[in-house]
Amino acid sequence: MLSKIVRTVANQLILFILIFGLYVIMHGHLTPGGGFQGGAVVVSGVVMLLVAFSSKDLQKSLRERFLSIMESTGALIFAILGFAGIGTVFFYNFLVGTSIFGRIPPTGPNPGDIWTGGVIPLMNLAVGLKVIAGLSAVVLAMALFSIGEEIEE
Amino acid sequence: MRQVVGLILLLVVVAFLVWGVLDIHPFGYPPSDMDDYIIENAQEETGSNNVVASVVFDYRGLDTLGEATILFTAVTGVLLLLRTRKRREESS
Amino acid sequence: MMEHIPLNFPFLAAALLAGVAFYIIIFKRNLIKLIMGIALLASAVNLFLVALGYRAGGNAPIYTDVPPGPMVLPVPQALTLTSIVINVAVLALMLTMVVHIYRHTGDIDSKKSRRLKG
Repeated sequence: MLSKIVRTVANQLILFILIFGLYVIMHGHLTPGGGFQGGAVVVSGVVMLLVAFSSKDLQKSLRERFLSIMESTGALIFAILGFAGIGTVFFYNFLVGTSIFGRIPPTGPNPGDIWTGGVIPLMNLAVGLKVIAGLSAVVLAMALFSIGEEIEE
Repeated sequence: MRQVVGLILLLVVVAFLVWGVLDIHPFGYPPSDMDDYIIENAQEETGSNNVVASVVFDYRGLDTLGEATILFTAVTGVLLLLRTRKRREESS
Repeated sequence: MMEHIPLNFPFLAAALLAGVAFYIIIFKRNLIKLIMGIALLASAVNLFLVALGYRAGGNAPIYTDVPPGPMVLPVPQALTLTSIVINVAVLALMLTMVVHIYRHTGDIDSKKSRRLKG
């Protein structure tokens, strides 16, 4: 547990880090970024909270059951999106041309439109959930093991 | 004795790596038939502006499924190994 | 216009980094230094993959507000993304095992922790 100034600043900064990470995840089909990169940004915010407060205090907010459900939901959504276009091939982009995320951008350089991309923004969300839950569980378990306790239900 | 054999093997491996590297295409002018097709047609077929994202999730989606499985397995393995022995003493 | 870089210098730098990483893996006995050598080998391979796909004078392969000109090849960048994530996962598992070895034998020398205890 660090001093009062560090704790107050960390409390204010975690909101901006979360919003920036979610922005990188959601605009993965327009700008550089995507699921893995945005997930790494959010996990670095969680590590900042772990350093500012002690790991015993953080364990009361991030329970293992919540993280496990989040990770399994991300993996399931990714697998279901892969099987949904099985009529043509495995992992077929079946949403191009339809109403959800289905517009086609004009060829060549253009300012981006967020409702394009087909099945890619949904896959970005699923992978982002998976990376956030998995890596923050690993970091929390390592920090708790080094002071002699374990991550509990 | 073991150090000398190790040093000779290391020099042989580095010599092979350097000899192989000097023989690939000149830096900056790669052969690119498949990538020319992907850069031309990625906007109409997948509908996204980011060609790298459409390669990762659409043209090569099976590799990303394998990578997500590896991440899941590694997180499960780490959480399985980092358990202490306190529960057994409390329950018995 | 075809100015070739002499000796393919970026590829040579990746090969020399791999050579340094192999030296660390063969000759050092501290387990933490071994893991650092494996991470250095992973970085050398990622650098080599990204350098393979460079086109002279190219821009990033993204169509949002891109300046005119040729584009860099996108497929090696996708392979590098997968490689980075796999390396992070394997490194986390290796570090957990080193923590366990230290807790059980009290030493992180790789010669002393090789014997099986009864």
